[in-house]
Amino acid sequence: MEHPFAITLDVGSSLANRTGSWRTSRPVYVKHLPPCNDTCPAGENIQAWLFRAEEGNYHLAWQEIMKNNPLPAIMGRACYHTCESVCNRARVDETVGIHAVERFLGDMAIANGWTVTIDKPVSGKKVLVVGSGPAGLSAAYHLTRLGHKAIIHEAAAQTGGLMRYGIPTYRLPRRVLDAEIARIEAMGVEVRLNRRVEDLGAAMAEEGADAVFLASGAQNTRLVDFPTDGSVQVRDAISLLREIEDKRAQLDIGKRVAVYGGGNVAIDAARSAIRLGAKEVIIVYRRTRATMPAHDFEVVEALEEGIELRVLRTIERIENGGLVLEERVLTDTNRSNPTGRFEYLEKVDTVVMALGQLVDNNSFLKGVPGLEFVGDGVKVDNLLRSGREGVWAGGDLIPAERNLTLAVGHGKLAARQIDAYLRGETYVHPPRGKIAKFEKLNSWYYADAPKTIQPALSLIRRQSGFEEVLGNLDESNALYEARRCMSCGNCFECDNCYGACPDNAIIKVGPGQGFEFKYDYCKGCGLCVTECPCGAIDMVPETI
Amino acid sequence: MLKQIEGSRAVAEAIGLCRPEVICAYPITPQTHIVEGLSELVREGVIENCEYINVESEFAALSVAIGASAAGARSYTATSSQGLLFMAEAVYNAAGLGLPIVMTLGNRAIGAPINIWNDHSDSMAMRDSGWIQLHAENNQEALDLHILAFRLAEEVSCPVMVNVDGFILTHAYERVDLPRQEQVDAFLPPYEPVQVLDLADPVSIGAMVGPDAFAEVRYLAHYKQLMALERIPVLSADFREKFGRESGGLFHSYRCDDAEVVVIALGSVNGTIKDVIDEMRSGGYKIGSISITSFRPFPLVALREVLSRARKLVVVEKNLAVGLGGILSSNIRMALRGLVQPVHTVIAGLGGRPITMKSLAEVFHKAFKNELEDTHYLDLDWNAINRELDRSRAARRSGPIAENILRDLGGIEKRA
Amino acid sequence: MEEMPREQQVKFYQKGTYTVGNRLVNAKSRAVQSSITRNNSLTSGHRACQGCGEALGARYAIDAAMRACNNRVMAVNATGCLEVFTTPYPETSWQIPWLHSLFGNAAAVATGVAAATRVKGKPEIRIIAQGGDGGTTDIGFGCLSGMFERNDDVLYICYDNEGYMNTGVQRSSATPPTARTATTPAVGKEPGNVFGTGKNLPRIAMAHGIPYVATASVAALHDLEAKVTKAMSFRGARYIHIQVPCPLGWGSSPASTINVARLSVKCGLFPLFEAERGEVTSSVPIRNPIPVIDFLRTQRRFAHLMKGGEENERKIAKLQAIADENIRRYNLVRKEV
Repeated sequence: MEHPFAITLDVGSSLANRTGSWRTSRPVYVKHLPPCNDTCPAGENIQAWLFRAEEGNYHLAWQEIMKNNPLPAIMGRACYHTCESVCNRARVDETVGIHAVERFLGDMAIANGWTVTIDKPVSGKKVLVVGSGPAGLSAAYHLTRLGHKAIIHEAAAQTGGLMRYGIPTYRLPRRVLDAEIARIEAMGVEVRLNRRVEDLGAAMAEEGADAVFLASGAQNTRLVDFPTDGSVQVRDAISLLREIEDKRAQLDIGKRVAVYGGGNVAIDAARSAIRLGAKEVIIVYRRTRATMPAHDFEVVEALEEGIELRVLRTIERIENGGLVLEERVLTDTNRSNPTGRFEYLEKVDTVVMALGQLVDNNSFLKGVPGLEFVGDGVKVDNLLRSGREGVWAGGDLIPAERNLTLAVGHGKLAARQIDAYLRGETYVHPPRGKIAKFEKLNSWYYADAPKTIQPALSLIRRQSGFEEVLGNLDESNALYEARRCMSCGNCFECDNCYGACPDNAIIKVGPGQGFEFKYDYCKGCGLCVTECPCGAIDMVPETI
Repeated sequence: MLKQIEGSRAVAEAIGLCRPEVICAYPITPQTHIVEGLSELVREGVIENCEYINVESEFAALSVAIGASAAGARSYTATSSQGLLFMAEAVYNAAGLGLPIVMTLGNRAIGAPINIWNDHSDSMAMRDSGWIQLHAENNQEALDLHILAFRLAEEVSCPVMVNVDGFILTHAYERVDLPRQEQVDAFLPPYEPVQVLDLADPVSIGAMVGPDAFAEVRYLAHYKQLMALERIPVLSADFREKFGRESGGLFHSYRCDDAEVVVIALGSVNGTIKDVIDEMRSGGYKIGSISITSFRPFPLVALREVLSRARKLVVVEKNLAVGLGGILSSNIRMALRGLVQPVHTVIAGLGGRPITMKSLAEVFHKAFKNELEDTHYLDLDWNAINRELDRSRAARRSGPIAENILRDLGGIEKRA
Repeated sequence: MEEMPREQQVKFYQKGTYTVGNRLVNAKSRAVQSSITRNNSLTSGHRACQGCGEALGARYAIDAAMRACNNRVMAVNATGCLEVFTTPYPETSWQIPWLHSLFGNAAAVATGVAAATRVKGKPEIRIIAQGGDGGTTDIGFGCLSGMFERNDDVLYICYDNEGYMNTGVQRSSATPPTARTATTPAVGKEPGNVFGTGKNLPRIAMAHGIPYVATASVAALHDLEAKVTKAMSFRGARYIHIQVPCPLGWGSSPASTINVARLSVKCGLFPLFEAERGEVTSSVPIRNPIPVIDFLRTQRRFAHLMKGGEENERKIAKLQAIADENIRRYNLVRKEV
């Protein structure tokens, strides 16, 4: 129809008016690094796998974990989940129970026999891995996915290293451990048990290895000298835990046990002692509870189990079937100083020494040319390269914080280095994004718990503490928990930008494909940035 | 069918025959009887398929008509005087949007002082709003012009205001010939808008237009009226053919062929003027008259042709453009620009003052004797005016002129 | 009515529960605005300021109405920002049949359009009249009241940005007390707008006893869409009053438009409720209530109140009292059940 001039207009004709020219700064979609990912020693992309889990796509979620960590069922139980201590959700209500979901996924994978694919064609290269602990298994797993042949030499009769010989079963059932290791072996990793490496050169030659990853751990207990009249049995924690693993419950440790130390191993030893039948277990530690290296939730659980804490004490000597303890004071700089005041802890059957572990560097390591040491550990650069070409080292063997998850991370990093080395390439670490801070989020859009749901929430939080007696999350709980992830710094396709743009300047591409800006029309108001719940849009100045 | 009915009723019945679809009603004297009549006709089902809406003001009345017309409905309303001014913004808007609304204006004076009687101050206030303005000389024409108005409005997409002198026509019982429905249907096809709110062809109507196109829009509105100037005679001819009588047209000439003096006027006063002319003709005076039907568009060319043959022109008009004089006479002068004939203005009938044959005859005689002033005020009480002027000369702030004059006339008590 | 779709209440913890869309819930529970097929009744290229709340509110409302009525919607627009920024010749941003007549007659024009659709035998076509607060609470009030009283089949939507923004930020009868505008400057003994009695149009609408009245906010999209949808389920006169912040007039950042609207709701100054035939039928409880000062300090129009002093304290307390009264009247802060 012909319309009257000027007063009557054809619909939608304003598309000819490109309002994008008004803009002085433009919004851009970004991916920032969620604090959980940032802090994960194994380099897991937690946000990414929760994104899959929350939609009920557990297999994809598990595959996402497996990109970085081959042991989710183990990690979901035994990792100290530093991710949760930095979770932004804590500022809204409570931290997301990441480990609980991870464990749920790990167990589901075991139950369903899920496997991963080998990502690259067979290279024909072989890599010798020394040690089948978390670092060694992780390296072997990643090397296999990268197309290389990994051969593990393990000195012990069983695989797993400290996961088997250090973590008590109540924290890590052996069926879980065995299942996850078996999955790695099924990928083609060869494990030679009872094979203590004596001469690295000979071992390499024997296997025809092109490179080596050393991950033989730190099994020697740090010793402290104090006088003893021999009236109390003294044991070290590592050998105790190992013996528990070998002999299970048939170990007599006495009725009243003292554990000396404040780390996680001390807690493991103390809680194991309870399980071995000790009636009283006392942890003796030279600083305060607040400064204990052990994770607080472990301490809490230990206290719940009746373990006593005797802090600001050192053992002076053993006499007459008991311990003479000296009181200590903490200085402003957190040093523990003697006071000269003493007390007596009577009727102690056993003292378990848990003051830390050392690398046994009196071993084959000594004979490796070019290998250097820092303290007891093997010296490596930030890419885990040792002084000897073709030899990488990780896990407890190197001077670093000694924990399971970090060891898994070391295995991955070493594998990627070795892969590049074997292909004559240089491995470049992908750049790390900016941290997705809470202040960048618009937390209004996340539902917070009404008071009725709060108690249930707390219960779940506790249940997800991995007491095996309490069992796994059920699916609805896991889903519930996964959906609490705020997806910090990463678009989760909530359509807020698409809805909040007053200029329709955003294209919704479709499920899984995110959004695009129509810069022809975007006026640069920044509403999308403010209303993005997860802070995945940045404003950048226009360059003219 | 011949009927002896009130003018308002005749108009209402004519509107009914035009099959209006939306009627908006708000009462104001002297128009009220028209919408009352329509209300009855709609409720009785005489007018079918019609929404009759009682609104809260004249502004709303025309606004509802605007919406209805833009949505494709044949729309009608009626008003007078203050009502027209209250809807003034919408009057311009309806024309600007080119909506073929038909509105009856029961012509009436505008206050203050408030006055409910007839003159043309109201329509003149809106003369440049873009509406076509037709004036009815008698009730038959009032009736006929509405039928013509819808046809014209819808042909040129322009609203039409049919001016019917308040009381003099609206309240006068006269014999009228009401056409049959088939006759009207044959003359007036259903409304087919050139622009309409339509889901199938959505448009935005009523854009904001800036300096880049506003002048063109205004010119096009003017052009529309020029088109109407051509269409009015054609449609009137068609009307004559279908209804068998003369109605509408641009103007009616009466005994003008050899007239030396031609009297020009709008609306019902032409009846009185014709009587005076007949009298004077029998006295030998060569006098004739022009009754202008189409005031907007103003038939400049056609009038010039007729008027240029006369020696002298006397414009009798029921309005006073304060500070200027007569509006119609100014328009006539425009038609005669470049010619030498004097155009006299006779301001008459303001606020319902009777225009008598005697007074008119005196004025026309003066014209023949070359004694008529440029602007003559018919039957003005100069004593009252002069007293007021004397007083105001003595004391500047003597209160409202109207009140003082009324006091002098004895209408209200003098203050102690 | 709750702000949150019912399905989402069942599984309470879901990522982005209050977001526009949520891939975790079924498409029906997502906002119309999340849909790729939303109508974009008001499309790109319009000339609204950056971060315009009215542009947002109008698209939200009309798109929701389009969805609710199978795309059979026509709109009548009062003069004002919305009209000027959408339809300057030669371009219009509207995608639906749309008519602009005058500032004060949108409701009456809509009555006419509705009458025409009826007489043309097309009752399925639904008519919306819309305008700003000036065109609604001031100059258009007479026509609006007439439309209400006759119960004409029109949904009238007021986009309330609390002033005459198009003409350069002057006071309207919807301007809140103390707010600075160009005609209530923040100078002299009574800086900003005076404390009158207020002109609460939703309640005036309720007093007409029309079938449906609701308030809505651009910061509560699900609620807004639900109310528009509900409004379209009624015949007769309906009224929805949507608060739409104006960055220019309120002195707030364009990026914070929705947030400012949210704070307005959270402090109680803008209660979200609905009413049928004159009776309040529901209200949206405030999630995490805040004091009014937290809302006031986000806008320069209230900056003079932030200078301290007893007089300013007193005024802030009076504004808080207005919010408190809303909270009481509409039961906006509820104990968890």
